[in-house]
Amino acid sequence: MEFTPENKRTFDELAARYPDRRAAMLPALWLVQRQEGYVSAEAMEYVAGLLGVAPGEVQAVVSFYTMFDRRPPGRYKLQVCRTLSCALMGAYDMIAHLERRLGIHAGQTTADGMFTLQEVECLGSCGTAPMMQVNEKFVENLTPRRLDALLDRLAGERPELDRLPEIHPLAGAQAAIPREVRSARVGELAPPGSPTVDGDGKARGA
Amino acid sequence: MSVHQRILLANIGTPGSHTLAAYEKAGGYRAARKALEMDPGAVVDEVKRSGLRGRGGAGFPTGTKWGFIPKDNPRPKYLVQNADESEPGTFKDRLLLEQDPHLVIDGMICAAVAIGCHTMFTYIRGEYAYATERYLAADAEAYAAGYLGKGIFGSGYDLEHVIHIGAGAYICGEETGLLESLEGKKGFPRIKPPFPAVVGLFASPTVINNTETLAAVPWVLLNGGDAYKAIGTERSPGTKLFSVSGPVRKPGVYEVNLGYPMRQFLVEECGGMLDGFELKGVIPGGSSVPIMTPAEVDRANLDYESIRDNGSLLGSGGFIVCADNMSAPEMLLNLMRFYAHESCGQCTPCREGCGWLEDVAGRVLAGTGDPDDLDLVRRLSDNMMAKTICALADGAAMPALALITKYRAEFEALLPRERHVPRVERGRGLHGLLRVEPRPAAASAGGAA
Ligand SMILES: Cc1cc2nc3c(=O)[nH]c(=O)nc-3n(C[C@H](O)[C@H](O)[C@H](O)COP(=O)(O)O)c2cc1C
Ligand code: SF4
Ligand code: FES
Repeated sequence: MEFTPENKRTFDELAARYPDRRAAMLPALWLVQRQEGYVSAEAMEYVAGLLGVAPGEVQAVVSFYTMFDRRPPGRYKLQVCRTLSCALMGAYDMIAHLERRLGIHAGQTTADGMFTLQEVECLGSCGTAPMMQVNEKFVENLTPRRLDALLDRLAGERPELDRLPEIHPLAGAQAAIPREVRSARVGELAPPGSPTVDGDGKARGA
Repeated sequence: MSVHQRILLANIGTPGSHTLAAYEKAGGYRAARKALEMDPGAVVDEVKRSGLRGRGGAGFPTGTKWGFIPKDNPRPKYLVQNADESEPGTFKDRLLLEQDPHLVIDGMICAAVAIGCHTMFTYIRGEYAYATERYLAADAEAYAAGYLGKGIFGSGYDLEHVIHIGAGAYICGEETGLLESLEGKKGFPRIKPPFPAVVGLFASPTVINNTETLAAVPWVLLNGGDAYKAIGTERSPGTKLFSVSGPVRKPGVYEVNLGYPMRQFLVEECGGMLDGFELKGVIPGGSSVPIMTPAEVDRANLDYESIRDNGSLLGSGGFIVCADNMSAPEMLLNLMRFYAHESCGQCTPCREGCGWLEDVAGRVLAGTGDPDDLDLVRRLSDNMMAKTICALADGAAMPALALITKYRAEFEALLPRERHVPRVERGRGLHGLLRVEPRPAAASAGGAA
């Protein structure tokens, strides 16, 4: 594995911005993940070579952080927040709903490679709980109905949409999933101080 | 709410608040220009006079922190913005980054000039893709306008800005874990001393400030430290953002004059509880601080001292309103699972303690606890506090202690009078209680790798 010429240029530019080349570790790994869809053992060796460190050091870094995939994930990574604020607002029900609907457990990928379901910790969107991140987009104020509508839309998607979860925004990332999916964010649609509770669903919880 | 001064959210809500044009129309970047004309020491003094305290959680006086940067050290000086925001319940920095990124950059320029820094860094958590997009766009605008780069604002001062994107690890919000991560390593917090002010990023003197802290600086420079100090209380001056979550009518981010009564905040700003939910308690400063009972909420004001005197800490301002739909043992399991997952594993009391707390919470919930499990939680917590490299362990132990103390009856109701035989082994038999998944490989990487 190696970088495309464009990514190699981006990497070189980035690396030059740090006083120490090793500091370009996370940027390099993000570029790999964007290019390849995940970070393979081979890619780790490549990055080690670029940074002048032992491959084992890159491995240690990759496994320390939760956002690097060491295997190709499904086309849509559904990461449901399970931490306290979301749990108070019904996150466990949302996860159970997704598990039933997709026929997989959290941590697994559907057989058709479309959906990977994961539980993650607080994503900084607690005021619009329960919420999840779909690839890099936040989808908030979840209800079973909204989940069903979203999955229907995503499952119907034509695969021309970039297969890769484009998380890294270095080069101005574009949405890898349809724009409508980007839902209300605190502050964007609602100025601070105004209600951000879901319009259709009552608060879920008990 | 008109009683509150708008310092941090002044521009938010106006159209295009994230753009340079809107920011300058509102008088933006006057503070950076002013800082460049001032003596650096005078910038530090103004911030000292304001009494501004760090908004990342610890509340350390910002001007004092800047003053620690040695002047005679020949190495470069660095400023790092901590935008890792991953303390559960906290989402205020994200709002600033998404809606008013130039305010943050303005504040960073002031801080950089004050400490003599020519390369500054912003560390944003990797999950904040949209905030990063907005922030990168603002950075590009500022470079294009000549506000960053060589000779900023036509002065002779060079200032580069590097935006570094995290990759999912709570511990990288701890300032030295963040520095390690920025240097391309695992985010293992460092033993202090030496403090970052002396040996920080790339072994150079470094100031690390939270996003919200930096966003308050332009106002302080433009209006003067005394004006800032006149807001809030004597020891907690100024305004603070609170990010409100849980079953209340109006969750969201609020700017509050410090010293404002907590119950009033809950009722008026937050709109009170959603129908059908009974207030159980409030975690006022992110999940790492003790929960406050409704009685404590009634007595407390939103400032550092009052919250401390009423059984908790102001922390990050992540204001989690808890209701009766989740029991205290369920909350304990939820939180301890978070800390067990996020402990970096360097210190034995933290690595083992967080794991044990999770397990004990689980078995109590399963009805297979021991009669003495609450004492076990107490002993474990005592053994974690002030005994580790960083404060994550304290941040797990304090809420655990508060939950078992303040909601003791809920735990006791689940505990058998006599010891269970056989006893549930650590790490087994707990999964499936709340919704515990078989931990996916990719999502369990926070621990010892
Ligand atoms: C486990 C842990 C996590 C932390 N996470 C954050 C964070 O996400 N953002 C932040 O600004 N500070 C965080 N802090 C506090 C930082 O270590 C540091 O005190 C702060 O960034 C200093 O900035 P301030 O003085 O402006 O508050 C964390 C501390 C600990 C112990
Ligand atoms: S206290 Fe916990 S998180 Fe902090 S350094 Fe020690 S093991 Fe790591
Ligand atoms: S607790 Fe779910 S986003 Fe914060």
